[in-house]
Amino acid sequence: MSVDISTVKRVAHLARIAVSEDDAARMTGQLNTILGFVEQLNEVNVDGVEPMTSVTPMAMKKRADVVDDGEKAADIVANAPIHEENFFVVPKVVE
Amino acid sequence: MTDLTALTIAEAREQLKAKAITATELTGAYIQAIENANEVLNAYIVTTPEKALKMAKASDARLASGNAGALEGIPLGIKDLFGTEGIHTQAASHILDGFKPHYESTVTANLWADGAVMLGKLNMDEFAMGSSNETSYYGPVKNPWRAKGSNTDLVPGGSSGGSAAAVAARLCAGATATDTGGSIRQPAAFTGTVGIKPTYGRCSRWGIVAFASSLDQAGPIARDVRDAAILLKSMASVDAKDTTSVDIAVPDYESAIGKPLAGLKIGIPKEYRVDGMPEEIEKLWQQGIAWLKDAGASIVDISLPHTKYALPAYYIVAPAEASSNLARYDGVRYGLRVPGKDIVDMYERTRATGFGEEVKRRIMIGTYVLSAGYYDAYYLQAQKVRNLIKKDFEDVFHAGVDAILTPATPSAAFGIADQDMAADPVKMYLNDIFTVTVNMAGLPGIAVPAGLDARGLPLGLQLIGRPFDEETLFQTAYVIEQAAGKFNAPKWW
Repeated sequence: MSVDISTVKRVAHLARIAVSEDDAARMTGQLNTILGFVEQLNEVNVDGVEPMTSVTPMAMKKRADVVDDGEKAADIVANAPIHEENFFVVPKVVE
Repeated sequence: MTDLTALTIAEAREQLKAKAITATELTGAYIQAIENANEVLNAYIVTTPEKALKMAKASDARLASGNAGALEGIPLGIKDLFGTEGIHTQAASHILDGFKPHYESTVTANLWADGAVMLGKLNMDEFAMGSSNETSYYGPVKNPWRAKGSNTDLVPGGSSGGSAAAVAARLCAGATATDTGGSIRQPAAFTGTVGIKPTYGRCSRWGIVAFASSLDQAGPIARDVRDAAILLKSMASVDAKDTTSVDIAVPDYESAIGKPLAGLKIGIPKEYRVDGMPEEIEKLWQQGIAWLKDAGASIVDISLPHTKYALPAYYIVAPAEASSNLARYDGVRYGLRVPGKDIVDMYERTRATGFGEEVKRRIMIGTYVLSAGYYDAYYLQAQKVRNLIKKDFEDVFHAGVDAILTPATPSAAFGIADQDMAADPVKMYLNDIFTVTVNMAGLPGIAVPAGLDARGLPLGLQLIGRPFDEETLFQTAYVIEQAAGKFNAPKWW
């Protein structure tokens, strides 16, 4: 499978990365090189093989359902580019 | 007085305990060495000399009162991927501009609890994506090694290029690193240092900037096998904040060093003899086999039939996980924000400006292979192949093999701004051809220097072990180190 420039633009939008016409053209070539490289996986017979879900067999650990962290809103917003009164500030979303 | 930066961690530990030196003196020697070298090598992104001296002073007090920890007073460099409280943590990316976490990663917290001293944050490929340290927002790192009679600057490998270069150039006693597809072992091989990626789950991933969560593991880069064993013992732990960290006691890895190899079975996989591999690598491999045989190990030929599919499967699984992990960098919660006409435009401009080329490429591949209509063909197929790769190893271990010996990399270090690699991303990816299988199967792997090529550049061998059997790797790697000797880069910087 290979991608064309319109697919690259669509994927860039899905990934929320702005691309110029030149960027998209360059990326199309590079992505096709990589997709060409991974194509060889289709040779492998995977009949009856389960997809990997965990690299080491382990039961999901569960902790007690209690609040054991929190009350540190100031720490959490400290690195935000713009914040006010412990809220993240973003451009207007709802008109 | 001899140069204190020449001491290994084990040697410094003895001298500190004997009060022959102080942690403050040792730390001062490293701060001076960094000041003299970093402008040229670019191994550190940020240095923290004041913090280092403060930590060293506290170490000296603990040494005096007999409360010394396992790494008391040992100055270390920390890869920029590890969250360090109040200190620059940017994964060498522009998108994390100005980020200073309000928490400490579990691995670094373990090191400080054992008395280690932090010298600063080490350069790396952006978000650990790269094999040459050239994708860093902070510019490439120079390898302390140069070919004989040449002034050409070489890459230190990647992504932990700053860690490997700093250890090789004696700008720290040891360094933390991480490995998703070979990012500890390949730079270790390129710089004549020792690097171990432990079993998935051995070190907590909490507080480490995530790249591909099912593959990422932290580990040390050190000057020799013993130092790597000392560091891993302190780094490893079970952690309630990482549910994939395992609740298995951390062994005293150092005690495995020096044990005879009699009775050990070492497997030699035929699939690691790849087309176009330089003769020198093959020779090195044969030499390694001979050393282990001389030391009493039995050598068996083995087959890992799905080896060639590990790299293509990796380039689906790793970008898929990365595209998801890196979705959090949106200009809202931390780091860079580039204003836009609305929120989506703000996201898109921020991410276009903040991410470098290689990171964008991988996010794009990941987004594509996870997108509707392609998920089964790419992602599901790769995860099935991954199970087959893992089964190859399980079969071999089940048949009684204790460890597997392979080359660490298909070549020695290459030049900065190599034209072939710049033109074709897949060429760069092929650097990880021998290391990536280990991440896909979650196994431990160690790279140990084994010789120099005809141009005088270091080459490494890799040992792959059973899950949570890092001890056999230290035991076996030490035998190679004893036979091969240690390699130091002649100082030119």
